[in-house]
Amino acid sequence: MHFTINGQHHEVEADIRTSLLDLAREHLGLTGSKKGCDHGQCGACTMLVNGRRINSCLTLAVMHQDDEIVTIEGLGQPDKLHPLQAAFVSHDGYQCGYCTPGQICSAVGMLDEAKKGWPSHVSADLTDAPLDDHEISERMSGNICRCAAYPNIVDAIAEVAGLSDEQRQPEREVAA
Amino acid sequence: MRSFTYARADTAEQAVRDNDADGCVFIAGGTNLLDLMKLQVETPEKLVDISRLPLAEIEEREDGGLTIGALVPNSDLAADRRVIEKYEVLSRALLAGASGQLRNKASTGGNLLQRTRCYYFYDLASPCNKREPGTGCSAMGGFNRVLAVLGTSEHCIATHPSDMAVAMRALDATVVTLKKDGDKRRISIHDFYRLPGDTPHIETVLEPGELITHVELPAPVEGARHVYRKVRDRASYAFALVSVAGVVTVEDGRIAHAALAFGGLGPMPWRDDAVEAALVGQAPSDAAFGAAADALFRDAQGYGHNDFKIPLARRTLIATLRELTAE
Repeated sequence: MHFTINGQHHEVEADIRTSLLDLAREHLGLTGSKKGCDHGQCGACTMLVNGRRINSCLTLAVMHQDDEIVTIEGLGQPDKLHPLQAAFVSHDGYQCGYCTPGQICSAVGMLDEAKKGWPSHVSADLTDAPLDDHEISERMSGNICRCAAYPNIVDAIAEVAGLSDEQRQPEREVAA
Repeated sequence: MRSFTYARADTAEQAVRDNDADGCVFIAGGTNLLDLMKLQVETPEKLVDISRLPLAEIEEREDGGLTIGALVPNSDLAADRRVIEKYEVLSRALLAGASGQLRNKASTGGNLLQRTRCYYFYDLASPCNKREPGTGCSAMGGFNRVLAVLGTSEHCIATHPSDMAVAMRALDATVVTLKKDGDKRRISIHDFYRLPGDTPHIETVLEPGELITHVELPAPVEGARHVYRKVRDRASYAFALVSVAGVVTVEDGRIAHAALAFGGLGPMPWRDDAVEAALVGQAPSDAAFGAAADALFRDAQGYGHNDFKIPLARRTLIATLRELTAE
C-alpha cells in the first residue's frame, strides 16, 4: 500500500485490516495520534484527511491510499508549534495529555468548518452561526477529555479563532 | 476483526458486479460497519469499497426536489444551503447526530443502513435474534431502557439509531438503488424498512447486492415550518431516547399539512398516518396534540426500563407541535 502522510510518501506492507490509526502508529512510528476507545467514541485518534477531521480508528488504511493525510506530527513540531499547539500550552488545555493530539487535530478541522459557514446543533440560525464558547463546545463534542480540561481547551481554541470576550459569551437563544 | 478480501469499485455498475457472493458487503464511510467488524458482530468475507464512486453530489431537479448522492457525507448534507433553506428538518436532524468527525465520514446511504445500538446486539456472549437468528432476545427481560416501544415483536425490541432517517421519513424521501441485474429501483422511504416480526436480522427491503445510489427529496412543502427535537441523556453526541421530526403548515388557524416522524421509539424511523389524521383540519391546541399522541401510542408496549419513553415521547411530541404551530 502507498500513503502520503504529512507530505511524505510511504510504501507499506500491512494487513488488509489495518486501520489508518494503526498504520500511523504501528507501521510509520507516528505515535502522536492516540488510541483511546478504538470505536470512534473518544476522538483521541482524530486526523485530517484531505483537510477534514475524521476518526482514524474507524477507517481502513487501504481506503486512503490516494488521500492527503495529516497527523499531529504534521501540524507542528516542538521547535515550531502550530498556533493551536501553542495555545493549548499557554492555556494549559490538558492534564495527562493523552487526548491532546486528537483535540488539536479536531480543532484545526473544526475551525475550518466554521470558516466555511457550517452550522452546528446549537446554531439558532443555520445560515449565520458565528463561533462562540457554546458553539466550540458543541462542535468539539466528539473529543472526550478524561481529565476534564474542557474550559481551558475552549480558551485555547477561542484564542486561535480570534474571539473577543463579547464574542465568546454573546446573549443567545439556546436552540432546543 | 476477521480478515476479508477487498476490492475498490470506480463505478456503481462495477460495485454491484464486484458484490458477487454471500458475505460481500459494500463499505462507504465505514463508521458503523468497521466498529461492528472489530467486535465480530459483522464478519464479511469481502468488502467492496464504494467510497470513490461519483455519487457525492447534491443536485436540484426540475420538479423542485433534490437528488442526493449516496456518498454525500452527513456534514456536507447538513451544511448545504439548499437543504438548510428548503429542508431544515434534515439539516437539524443531521447536526443532532454523532460528532463532527463521524459526520465527515458517514455517508447518506450508509446512515440509512445503520444497525441498532442495542447492547445485546453488540455482545457476542448474549443471545440476539438480530445478530444470530433463532437464539432469542436478551433485551426483552434485560436492560432495555434505550429500546423500542413501537413496532416490536416477541423476537426483537431494537431501535433504529439514525436521526437523518427520521427526517427523511418526515420529508417523504425516495431511496434509489441499483440492483445486481443492472435494474434501477425507486423505493419510498415508507416502504424501505421492515418490521422485525420473526426475521429481525432483515431490516430493509434491499436485495442481496443491491446498492443505494441516491436519495431523492420531493419538492418542499410550501410555507411549512420545520422542527427536529431530540431528547437524549447528554446534550451532545448521544443517541436519541426520543426524537421528533415535524413539517407542519397552518392555514387560517387550522393545521393544513402535518408530517411527523419519530426516532428512538421503533425498529425503524417511525411514522403513523393516524397521528397526522388526528391533526390535519384541527386548530392547534394541546387537546389536539394530545389526541395525536394518543394515536401514536395506541399500540405501544413498554418492557420495563423503557416504559418512561411513552410519557417522554408524548410530552416531546406536544412540545414539538407547539413550536411548529406557534404564531
